[in-house]
Amino acid sequence: MLNEKATVARHEDIGSGYRYLALSSPLVSSQARPGQFVHVKVPGLEDSALRRPFSIFDADGDMLTLLYKKVGRGTAALNLVKEGDTVEVLGSLGRGFPAACSGTALLVGGGYGIAPLHFLAKRLPGRKIVFAGGRTESDILAADRFAALGVETRFATNDGSLGEKGFVTLPLDAEIERLKAAHEPFELFTCGPDGLLKAVADRALAAGVPGWISMDRHMICGVGACYACVQKTVRGNSRCCIEGPVFPAEELVWE
Amino acid sequence: MGMTGKVDMSVSLGPLRLSSPVATASGTFGYGMEYSGAVDYSLLGAVTAKGICLEPWPGNPLPRYAEVPGGLVNAIGLQGTGVEHFLEKTVPFYDIRVNRPLGRKLPLIVNIWGKSVDEYAKVASLVSADASGVVSAIEMNVSCPNVKAGGHTFGQDPAVLAETVSAVRKASSLPLFVKLAPNVPSMYPYVKACEDAGADALSLINTLPAMVIDVKSRRPVLGNITGGLSGRAVHPVAVKAVFDARKATKLPILAMGGVYGANDAIELMLAGADAVAVGTATFTNPAAAGEIYRGIEEYCRENGFSSVGEITSAANPEAAR
Repeated sequence: MLNEKATVARHEDIGSGYRYLALSSPLVSSQARPGQFVHVKVPGLEDSALRRPFSIFDADGDMLTLLYKKVGRGTAALNLVKEGDTVEVLGSLGRGFPAACSGTALLVGGGYGIAPLHFLAKRLPGRKIVFAGGRTESDILAADRFAALGVETRFATNDGSLGEKGFVTLPLDAEIERLKAAHEPFELFTCGPDGLLKAVADRALAAGVPGWISMDRHMICGVGACYACVQKTVRGNSRCCIEGPVFPAEELVWE
Repeated sequence: MGMTGKVDMSVSLGPLRLSSPVATASGTFGYGMEYSGAVDYSLLGAVTAKGICLEPWPGNPLPRYAEVPGGLVNAIGLQGTGVEHFLEKTVPFYDIRVNRPLGRKLPLIVNIWGKSVDEYAKVASLVSADASGVVSAIEMNVSCPNVKAGGHTFGQDPAVLAETVSAVRKASSLPLFVKLAPNVPSMYPYVKACEDAGADALSLINTLPAMVIDVKSRRPVLGNITGGLSGRAVHPVAVKAVFDARKATKLPILAMGGVYGANDAIELMLAGADAVAVGTATFTNPAAAGEIYRGIEEYCRENGFSSVGEITSAANPEAAR
């Protein structure tokens, strides 16, 4: 873990409040692993806001890419950074996804929760299927990037504007049934809203397969020092920033 | 003005000798190791560990903090693994991760709290009996606004405060700091109670009781309903508390509260602090403490102080000496 002054290489608006932020951050990028995050000092808010945690969408050579949505004060300020600006990045942080998977990896993302799954899809060996869900077509992110990786994708939207109409668990359940019927091993990996995380964790437990659940929590320190971002687990209140953000499904206690 | 020459940056906090006047504040720096990689330990005078008590403690329900203009309202609730785990696992780990790479002992101040006077004494006695020599001092938390059964109840009544400090004094031979709340009508009786009960130093200030309500849901934001305010907003409150306490006592003062830059630290020292601790600022800038050290050193050099101790109480003509 280190604090690196990164340079903005590209800040791309992909519509509906979503953006890619590509940072030249050679030190953090070289140590980043899928499922980890970075804690970003938001330019313009140094004096008035805490850092903001972001999943790593990609780490490729010197380049660290984040995919984020403008949701509040921090991300609104981050929206204003331009190419060439300096952004301080503390990373790479947290316990990410495992580096290997037995059987097919089912990657399930909701909204910008798809971000760490892209990095995972890139690094994880073996067969992968990405399931992406959102309210509408514009919430299905990075489809082109997954296609470029040659990864199979299945989509679902609440309004049916892309893929199946309904929750992303529809195509996921169909695939799980198919794999179970064929006695093929698989594992589940997910990031997104809590409802989706619990739905995927339940399916992993029911199927008796490993489920890797990435929790999205507001954080203060990002390094395990403050105990603000806890999630109830079988071990008590666990810090998402250092004991997670990725937890095995069987360790999580839902309230 | 002495623009050249070395500034003596060492300070004494009672029996404790620090190589730097800048420490970290309890609850913002974990157990000293979490920020390693982003912190220059060589510029720190001491590390204050997160509050520990007798038994493992789960802390408060979520949400545990709210960002507010000028700072942070937290209600973490002193989550921790308990003193036994702390001494068996955390202290040796601190020695390996912090002291060993540094090549010397960086004083570790252990913040303690209890739900009864006996618990305070028991924790202090266990910490004091630790044979590793890694722990340098105890800081008693008698002013945490986030734990109903403990914390602040022992710091709100001078008689109870005196009894608690006395009990810890008897139970421990380590240098003893007492961390006080600023939200009292007068610092005087609390400062005197600590002094009379045998405290070696004071830590000023703890967070201020605070609350945030979400106007959309019409409910309190924090899981604990109320919390403690820290950050820039509390800095002038800390300056006043240190200024008042310094008039009442010669005890060394470790000051904290909105220390983001060197000027914030210098202000507290001018009011009467012997050293400062960086807290909430670390969350945004893990290098803050080191930058503050450099800034204080520069200030001393530019203003002709050969020793940082010379600025203590320089703006407090009524300081007890």
